[in-house]
Amino acid sequence: MNTTVVLLPGLNRDRDMIAALKTITGKLPQTVWQTETSLPPSDLIVIPGGFSFGDYLRAGAIAARSPIMRAVAEAAEKGVPVLGVCNGFQILCEAGLLPGALMRNTTLRFVCREVKLEVTNAKTRFTGGYSAGQIIRCPVAHHDGNYFADAHTLAALQDNGRIVFRYAEGTNPNGAINDIAGIVNADGNVLGMMPHPENLIEPEHGGIDGRAIFEGALGLTQQEAA
Amino acid sequence: MDTDISITPELVAAHGLKPDEYERARGLIGRDPTITELGIFSAMWNEHCSYKSSKKWLRTLPTKGERVIQGPGENAGVVDIGDGLCVVFKMESHNHPSFIEPYQGAATGVGGILRDVFTMGARPIAAMNALRFGEPNHPKTRHLVAGVVAGVGGYGNSFGVPTVGGEVNFHARYNGNCLVNAFAAGLAKTDAIFYSKAEGIGLPVVYLGAKTGRDGVGGATMASAEFDETIEEKRPTVQVGDPFTEKCLLEACLELMQTGAVIAIQDMGAAGLTCSAVEMGAKGDLGIELDLNAVPVRETSMSPYEMMLSESQERMLMVLRPEKREVAEAIFRKWDLDFAIVGKTTDDKRFRIMFDGKEVADLPIKELGDEAPEYDRPWVEPKPRAEISAGDIAEPADYGAVLLKLLGSSDLCSRRWVYEQYDTLIQGNTLQRPGGDAGVVRVDEHPTKALAFSSDVTPRYCEADPYRGGAQAVAECWRNLTAVGATPLAATDNLNFGNPEKPELMGVFVKAVEGIGAACEALAFPIVSGNVSLYNETFGQAILPTPTIGGVGLIEDRTKTAAIGAMEDDDVLFLIGGDGSHLGASIYLREIEGREEGAPPPVDFDAERRHGDFVRKLIIGGIAKACHDISDGGLAIALAEMCMQSSRGMRIDAGQGFGHALLFGEDQARYVIAVKPKEVERIAKEAEIAGLPVRRLGVAGGTRLKIEDRLELDVGEMTVAHESWFPDFMSGEIFEPAAA
Repeated sequence: MNTTVVLLPGLNRDRDMIAALKTITGKLPQTVWQTETSLPPSDLIVIPGGFSFGDYLRAGAIAARSPIMRAVAEAAEKGVPVLGVCNGFQILCEAGLLPGALMRNTTLRFVCREVKLEVTNAKTRFTGGYSAGQIIRCPVAHHDGNYFADAHTLAALQDNGRIVFRYAEGTNPNGAINDIAGIVNADGNVLGMMPHPENLIEPEHGGIDGRAIFEGALGLTQQEAA
Repeated sequence: MDTDISITPELVAAHGLKPDEYERARGLIGRDPTITELGIFSAMWNEHCSYKSSKKWLRTLPTKGERVIQGPGENAGVVDIGDGLCVVFKMESHNHPSFIEPYQGAATGVGGILRDVFTMGARPIAAMNALRFGEPNHPKTRHLVAGVVAGVGGYGNSFGVPTVGGEVNFHARYNGNCLVNAFAAGLAKTDAIFYSKAEGIGLPVVYLGAKTGRDGVGGATMASAEFDETIEEKRPTVQVGDPFTEKCLLEACLELMQTGAVIAIQDMGAAGLTCSAVEMGAKGDLGIELDLNAVPVRETSMSPYEMMLSESQERMLMVLRPEKREVAEAIFRKWDLDFAIVGKTTDDKRFRIMFDGKEVADLPIKELGDEAPEYDRPWVEPKPRAEISAGDIAEPADYGAVLLKLLGSSDLCSRRWVYEQYDTLIQGNTLQRPGGDAGVVRVDEHPTKALAFSSDVTPRYCEADPYRGGAQAVAECWRNLTAVGATPLAATDNLNFGNPEKPELMGVFVKAVEGIGAACEALAFPIVSGNVSLYNETFGQAILPTPTIGGVGLIEDRTKTAAIGAMEDDDVLFLIGGDGSHLGASIYLREIEGREEGAPPPVDFDAERRHGDFVRKLIIGGIAKACHDISDGGLAIALAEMCMQSSRGMRIDAGQGFGHALLFGEDQARYVIAVKPKEVERIAKEAEIAGLPVRRLGVAGGTRLKIEDRLELDVGEMTVAHESWFPDFMSGEIFEPAAA
């Protein structure tokens, strides 16, 4: 089971992600620095959270243009599962691997709290360990998590089951349109989400609700029958 | 050419040097200083860098202990936590810059303290901040709260350290001078700690990190003066932070330290290049020679004066093992940071600065650094306030209304609006977040250990009786660590006071330090690092004396801790430490009676220790899962907080006597614990053996807090009162009648 974590200057949940992947797979993930142009064979590629390049210009904008992102796009094209969390989600949007954009929170303030997520599609490779409509706990920690896309894009996301997580009623922390917390690409192998499942994977985190996302992506859980 | 500037008495005064200090400087070099040299004297001899008024008293504090590896005098204190690991921590103020420019002032305060920690080879694992603002209805308060909180979060969140605790208070005495005290702790291996003492002659001095600009020139001198109406002009003396660069600097420094390239390393904080170079040289009994043409600058035509006094952030200075130059440089290139050899160590104990082939400064390094001037300022003994007897204060008609009012008051309400702007979870090790007695973080990759952190001081007590107030700050910190099950290890102090040249205020400082020292001694809780911030005055009005204590405790087995929200139905509640009796200088007296009077509660070190040790033993033994110390607002507030955090009610018998003293008295050395019914007899027995005042209070359950004969409130209603004040205040919905 080979997982790969993309490293960029300014990311800061890379160590959380590495620890989570190690806990789940029993094996330390591979890491690649942003200036590299190829990726080792991987069963899952993760872009962790943080403030890549200080989030200067726009969150994820500079990182999306780093050399390694071309290799990530190629791997995604070939069907390798790619997970972007928080800044990773922002980077995937800026790189065009996912549609839409993450704007500043409507409060204009950073927010770190636990929210509730509704699993709106339990049939993706990332969410097979949950049931449809299940409400899970998950922390958020971000300044720019206010997801937005135009009506046409939203309709396409909605109609194709590409909205995977929504903030459960009353817990939207950032003003995201339609309470969107996480989406997948058309092929279903690239997931971007603002909440941090890597911070809720062991009992000492206060819960393990985030674990199934990784297990699902790595094929460690049985996909629920349709 | 800056050497052509002639030194006038006005110029000397503008640099914050007193005439006698200037004469001393002239005497040391036997001539008039150049302008660069004057700047260097000013930077090194100001209060902020030299501790010239406080040193005499700081020396009286207990700083040693079995586990203390490094006490005060380095970038941060170092304490052994076993298994080859140590915790490195310090607290430092950024008061003046934060008042002038709240976002950047607070942000760079956080940046500075983080650098102090990772300079020593420790990866930062926890942060706290203690914030004091003016009264809520002062026109500047919201602006300062919004900016400071955003600045603390903006820097810490981006850098990637969890903020696990802190304090926020409001009082009119901070109207013209807010306080921003930032704490950071890091984890290091005991055999890989890095110090600032330079060793070896003719070795390269290397500049690391961000480029030097004109920001912050003269910042430390500014921080050593009172404020007046020219404050707006001081904005350019505030530095600008770049947490992205700091995060890169952290990773680069930790990588660098593993290569064996570092002989000595010092961050550039107050007084930048000047202070860091002098510290390294003076500590190592060496000289330092710098060539300023090699300093990476981001602005053109910077003079030596500006370069030496710039407080640009995210910079380090180190003495390099020359054969490691290539590997060291490659690491900094990878992180896109500057790496420049800017000088060398010498054997003549001189601080020599070259620019454009000319010598612009040649000064004796020891007298600038560890042999800087020191004062024994005159002081007068402060007169502690008289005691107030609870019997002389009328009891309220409606205890429920009083409790609701206190829960929704500015000093006791929930700080959620503040701490939700801080990343409290990053690194994945946070076991207890803000809102409890202490933040708890597990020791990364260690199977059982965790560390607890708490920041405490009660400024109104210090104002009423500086000795008791100083002692109480230490005792409360020790108690908060105990309440989560930690064994207190050591503390850092951040002493915020007014103008030390006024004997009354110097007396307040002296007595507070005396109280701190006595408490630290009695509780075996040494001070291992700290910072002094004096001249916190505006238009001659000093702040409340505020000696903030940041404490660290060790949890050997993190499955055996207690939290204020861990109470379950049918748990039996016990009060450890006796009934409340003391209302002097209490929140109750201030908020309900409108009186800021009376003596603060006395601190009995022996009782603190015995009660604390008893509670800790119950927690470590797995018997008490829920615990809360009793502090501001007394027993009723402690019980209400346990109810709100546990989302359940309780039925309590608060005992006989004056209801307001029982419920809201702030007597010290007290805790509430919740235990399973089967443990009740055991607790009573053990308390009796230990000879402790322990009383059964009642039982948890239901949805209401019921205190017999006094009050009954719905937990949801209390939560609304508790949670509303801060968001309402910050959205402009609270306008209290203006006092001034």
